[in-house]
Amino acid sequence: MGFRHKDIIALKDLSKEDIELLLNTADSLDEINRRDIKKVPTLRGKTVVNLFYEASTRTRTSFEIAAKRLSADTINITASTSSVTKGETLLDTAQNVLAMKPDIIVMRHAVSGAHEYLSTRVSCSVINAGDGAHEHPSQGLLDMLTMRQKFGTLSGLKVAIVGDITHSRVARSNIYGLTTMGSQVFLAGPPTMMPIGVERLGNVTVCKDMREAVHQADVVMMLRIQLERQGKTLLPSMREYSRYFGLNPEVLSLAKKDAMVMHPGPINRGVELSSAVADGSQSFILKQVENGVAIRMAMLYHVCGGEPVEG
Amino acid sequence: MNLLIKGGRLIDPSQGIDEIRDILIADGVVLELGLGLAAPEGTQTIDAGGLIVTPGLIDMHVHLRDPGLEYKEDLATGSRAAAAGGFTSVACMPNTSPVIDNKAVTSYILNKARSEAVVNVFPIGSITKGGKGESLSEMGELKEAGCVAVSDDGKPVTNGELMRRALEYAKGVGIAVISHSEELSLVGDGVMNEGFVATELGLKGIPWAAEDVAVAREVYLAEFTGAPVHIAHISTAGSARIIRNAKARGVKVTCETAPHYFTLTDEALLGYNTNAKMNPPLRAASDVAAMKAGLADGTIDAIATDHAPHHADEKDVEFNLALNGIVGLETSLPLSLKLVTDGVLDLKALVSLMSCNPAKILGLERGTLKPGAVADVTVIDPQKEWQVTAEKLESKSKNSPFLGWQMKGAAAYTIVKGQVVHKAL
Repeated sequence: MGFRHKDIIALKDLSKEDIELLLNTADSLDEINRRDIKKVPTLRGKTVVNLFYEASTRTRTSFEIAAKRLSADTINITASTSSVTKGETLLDTAQNVLAMKPDIIVMRHAVSGAHEYLSTRVSCSVINAGDGAHEHPSQGLLDMLTMRQKFGTLSGLKVAIVGDITHSRVARSNIYGLTTMGSQVFLAGPPTMMPIGVERLGNVTVCKDMREAVHQADVVMMLRIQLERQGKTLLPSMREYSRYFGLNPEVLSLAKKDAMVMHPGPINRGVELSSAVADGSQSFILKQVENGVAIRMAMLYHVCGGEPVEG
Repeated sequence: MNLLIKGGRLIDPSQGIDEIRDILIADGVVLELGLGLAAPEGTQTIDAGGLIVTPGLIDMHVHLRDPGLEYKEDLATGSRAAAAGGFTSVACMPNTSPVIDNKAVTSYILNKARSEAVVNVFPIGSITKGGKGESLSEMGELKEAGCVAVSDDGKPVTNGELMRRALEYAKGVGIAVISHSEELSLVGDGVMNEGFVATELGLKGIPWAAEDVAVAREVYLAEFTGAPVHIAHISTAGSARIIRNAKARGVKVTCETAPHYFTLTDEALLGYNTNAKMNPPLRAASDVAAMKAGLADGTIDAIATDHAPHHADEKDVEFNLALNGIVGLETSLPLSLKLVTDGVLDLKALVSLMSCNPAKILGLERGTLKPGAVADVTVIDPQKEWQVTAEKLESKSKNSPFLGWQMKGAAAYTIVKGQVVHKAL
């Protein structure tokens, strides 16, 4: 069964089969990334536009490398969010881009729902590289790929996600994807950063503190805390946050012995992660980045109508 | 020119009438009510058999965007939308450009309305100069110029002392004060109701407490000053509860809600529907139920649409950038009639909510068909089925969350000062 979606906007929209297909394809394509000549002609003649309305290093670079390894032509457009309000509208920008006949627009945008809006108004494929606090599907997929590589399956995994859940698109994509794949998600964070009804998003348990979430976890996923973004009313200080929601070796020892530590990056050393944990043997943070290229190759490949590849 | 409305079911709570009655109108005034009235020569006759006849409906909260924002709506199109929706009178909010905070702007609207509007237009002046929330507007002059109330609608008067003085001063002038009740520090940069749907969509929420806290302030200021206050567009169960309790202890508080608050929940925003984005935001199912309960027990005095036209370009954008507000004049009557069908209200209560009470709150000599009264009449066809489409809307703007909805009930005739200004096809 092939991939039937023109766009990838939200993991909420993807079935278990869709996610498995993307993960399987990523595993297969990953071999290309280990070659001496890291390029295959699969998407030759296709054009991918990276339209970034928010700053991004990792995600944009990763999508660009993924496209190039598949021989697609890529261009990057960086637009500042502030120009959105006075300058050209998103729709006008997209229509101008569309006039040049791209096959895929990969977009990051600060407003939740911007991709859903765009996808109904353009004919090319739209891939979500992050929208507001809504979803970040490529991150969710690469996280699941990394977990599956280690544990062989996602079914029955206990995944703790710790931090600012309210503002996290990474958390939402992981909650939707992991729930679909049969994992259990345990959330911890300050009550000021825990959105109403989050337990109804999927197989989610909201824990009273971080230790409860981490207890016997297979995966501990730490989210980046950004005081400057979340304003001064949600937290007293980074220091206090770190004290109750930072991952150090002592808290990590509550998880399963071979538990993975993950983080979508960029990390705040000494805040949500102690350096000992970030650089320790249980850290998969760089593996996540590595897998990001493979998963984005799989996403680009399948929205272009690629058939399942043999592993 | 005389007009005879024959054989309709007249519902006029001001006279306690709910019976078949003919209405004879002469020179824009109700001449006689009765059965089997004869039509003098030259009288136009409307056969209202099977139809409901009521005092002209009044929408006490609309934005006509004129002057200054005529690309969204103007007095001609807005008043045609009102007529099509069965309204004979509308009260228009002052957040125009310039703001209605002086005699000149008030006169401009009244003069233009006389030549271009097909329904009565009653301007509402601003509470504060320029609607800036800094100093009181000249309410005495506004009233003399023809304003029927004052309001800074669109935003609250954040300064509690200023609001207190506004209530006191307006009481002296004898003009109604309409409060847009919202605690802005709790709203922050929220764009929809705070709840599960906001969590799902990843959109910043506005807690119901942002409204309740502000309504509570107005209630206590009204109680303290002894002055009346009218709360615009309540949307939360808490607002209804606070107002119910206040009324029980004699506070002079009245309030309105809008059809969307008793019809839709925040689930209407799924898919990031900008036509369901307004302020206050659509709330939870429990709030919708509370609006119905409040309408049924008299806590809520009026149904008003908060008709807020916006150009398509202002809605066809990313969700956070879309402007707040929806058009409501042409969908209010069928949505409100549904309350009757659903057994929430009887027709008499509905006519009070849509005509008698708004007239009372604004001090208009309307909302009654007693002989001698101005002949503003709405003739309703409660069985008429129709679909809401952009093409059908008379309003210049089409930002309605009800596009595509199947409606039951419509104005068959809208009659202003004895003149038929709208007749259903």
